[in-house]
Amino acid sequence: MGGGPAGMAAALAARAAGVQDILLLERDQHLGGILNQCIHPGFGLHHFKEELTGPEYADRFVRLLKEEQGIEVSLRSFVVKLTPGREISYFRPGALEEVRARAVILATGCRERTREMIQIPGSRPAGIYPAGLAQKMVNMEGWIPGREAVIVGSGDIGLIMARRMALEGVKVKGVVEIQKTSRGLVRNVVQCLEDFGIPLYFRHRISRIHGADRVEKVDVVRVDDNLKDIPGSGFEVPCDTVLVSVGLIPENELLEMAGGEIDRAANTPVAAGVNLTSVPGVFACGNACKVYDLVDWVTRDSALAGRMAAEYLEKK
Amino acid sequence: MTYDVAIVGAGITGAAIARELSRYRLKVLLLEKEAEPAFGVSKSNSGIIHAGTQNPPTSVKAWLCVEGNRLLRGGLAADLGLHFVQCGQLIVVFDLKDLPELEKIKKEGADLGIKGLELVDRAWLAGHEPNLGPEVKAALYVPTAGIISPYRFVYALVENAVKNGVELKTSRRVTAIRRPAGGGFELEAGGEVYRSRFLVNAAGLFADEVSALAGAPTFKITPRKGEEYLLDKKREHIANHIIFPLPSKNSKGILIIKTSDGNPMIGPTAHDSGDKTDLSTTDDGLAEVLAGARRMMPSISKGDIIAYFAGLRPVSGKDFIIRHEDAAPGLVNAAGIQSPGLTSAPAIAVMVADLLRKHGLALEAKADFHRTRPRTVHLFQVPPEETRRLVKKDPAYGDIVCRCELVSAQEIRDAVRRGAATLDGIKFRTRAQAGRCHGGFCTTRIIKIMQEELGFPVTAITKRGPGSELIKDERK
Repeated sequence: MGGGPAGMAAALAARAAGVQDILLLERDQHLGGILNQCIHPGFGLHHFKEELTGPEYADRFVRLLKEEQGIEVSLRSFVVKLTPGREISYFRPGALEEVRARAVILATGCRERTREMIQIPGSRPAGIYPAGLAQKMVNMEGWIPGREAVIVGSGDIGLIMARRMALEGVKVKGVVEIQKTSRGLVRNVVQCLEDFGIPLYFRHRISRIHGADRVEKVDVVRVDDNLKDIPGSGFEVPCDTVLVSVGLIPENELLEMAGGEIDRAANTPVAAGVNLTSVPGVFACGNACKVYDLVDWVTRDSALAGRMAAEYLEKK
Repeated sequence: MTYDVAIVGAGITGAAIARELSRYRLKVLLLEKEAEPAFGVSKSNSGIIHAGTQNPPTSVKAWLCVEGNRLLRGGLAADLGLHFVQCGQLIVVFDLKDLPELEKIKKEGADLGIKGLELVDRAWLAGHEPNLGPEVKAALYVPTAGIISPYRFVYALVENAVKNGVELKTSRRVTAIRRPAGGGFELEAGGEVYRSRFLVNAAGLFADEVSALAGAPTFKITPRKGEEYLLDKKREHIANHIIFPLPSKNSKGILIIKTSDGNPMIGPTAHDSGDKTDLSTTDDGLAEVLAGARRMMPSISKGDIIAYFAGLRPVSGKDFIIRHEDAAPGLVNAAGIQSPGLTSAPAIAVMVADLLRKHGLALEAKADFHRTRPRTVHLFQVPPEETRRLVKKDPAYGDIVCRCELVSAQEIRDAVRRGAATLDGIKFRTRAQAGRCHGGFCTTRIIKIMQEELGFPVTAITKRGPGSELIKDERK
């Protein structure tokens, strides 16, 4: 389930390990998942020993899948039910399908943590977007969400979107990070902020969002090591857009539906090792298993998940 | 052109009045200051259809609530194609010493004609509401209470009113009201002038200002803020009833609210506020709501919360203000409609129509009144067999747009065709973007469907009306 890098690697590896009949379900109209909106380079340095963009990296796997007779790809297919007995219901345009699988690999990726989860006080105007949604708007649709942006959180998506917005002529006023260091890769801090002269405010937080209909400005305040506001340190930043990049949450709602044990804090499967879940014959790989910083490692571990599923089927 | 009646405000009260008046041979105008109906007080409603308990027994609202509940259960919800669930409510006590309080609520309720009220003990509760915590000792069971989607209630009333000839005009804030010498009213709203013989004021938080504009500065509205916290749909079955503690002086307390869409809610707080636009949530509010809910149901956790919002109740004293204003002949106020306003709305509408009649408006029934409105499809409410039939009939029902709340492309299209013109309007009608990812995955898809249906450029699509545009520019 899931035709991003994890699902594609798992399907190909399971096939190579001898699994005869594989169904790959992807909710979108293309394979590739989030890679399709990651048009920047930096992918594949480990796996392919060359630097690719996200769509290029995805395309390498899409081509392999096309040549593979034993893997049926079903696009625009949205799974709504998974039972402990591995019965699957999924929608696709024109049908509600039901199938049973002898093994299931969940490669459902992550969703973004949102403004709602970090409790930024203030109003709820237009102009506040999860950074990944803004990335999809700019790179997939060609829509520029605003003209003056502040970015909350220095995760990789936030850093990459700071640069991406700057390249589109948006004035990026700063990245506000409550921690002392960036959560993102060092190369992204350098290449996405420093090279573009975008300020990064460590140990700061947005204390309020202003604006009735559209964002008008944000209040920023410095915090101490206990994350308490430092009086007198506040300043205002006029802007029409706030991008929120405060982490990712693995999507394990299907595993939960199938009775799998979930760590409530991280939303990851509780299991003995990587790619495993508490439900026999149900595996979870890629960002659904744990949040990765490089897609190369997703490919490596998800291929292992494909082999683990093959081994499980052989033993049965 | 002169309307017979102009109604100011397309929240639940104005919508119900418009639909009631649309039974008669009248020219009715419904003015709304926001871009769509239900965008004011009604959008933050809990969606509870109260039985009529917990109101002062001699109040107007006690009687209107019982009557509104009876009208809804007696056929109105079905006529309007609404998903009403009569799940019942429990009013719980943490100390058996408080049983006399429950007895009092029971007696007052029975006197108002509420049926089936029953005191239940721990053993009953263990069987019927197993997640209640050990602190809960007994409860009053109120079987006629239920739940409904507050937005869809408003939209159904407005759609049915419009079908029956009412004119809806949105983005029309009333800025001036004149009373010409010959009688009636002249309203300035959104740059237009409208004339009407009678004026109904259902302007929610701003009803005091509208009444004053019309020449009757007879009351003041004080906003009372309520913060609500929405839980993940995964917790849908945490409660089988709407669960209340004993009421406090200002409110019915912090509740655990089943909702007709599945996601349970906890809240609301009740704090008077000086600001009619303050919809911010607070750390204190969250702590208060969590503590209140967890005392009744300890398994509720902060991690279950996926969204939060605040609403403002338009409070003016302890009771509703529903009256003709002699200072401004022809003006009927329906103001101070706080809880239980959603439940009472159909009865308020009948009462307002009667006040208009007493003051000279002839109510002649239309021969061709359309009483019913077809039910809208929501996949999350539909059993698998019907889903299969729908998808076969129309493949776009199988094209899922919102994955958290299971909303298809066809439902988004239906919503636009029924009047949704903003992203929030789509959310309130369909629940798309209302789940755990807050639109992270589906927003672009919804915007594209809106573009196709409405023919707008993407830069004209808004969150909730002019000024809240979502996209500033398109790449060349």
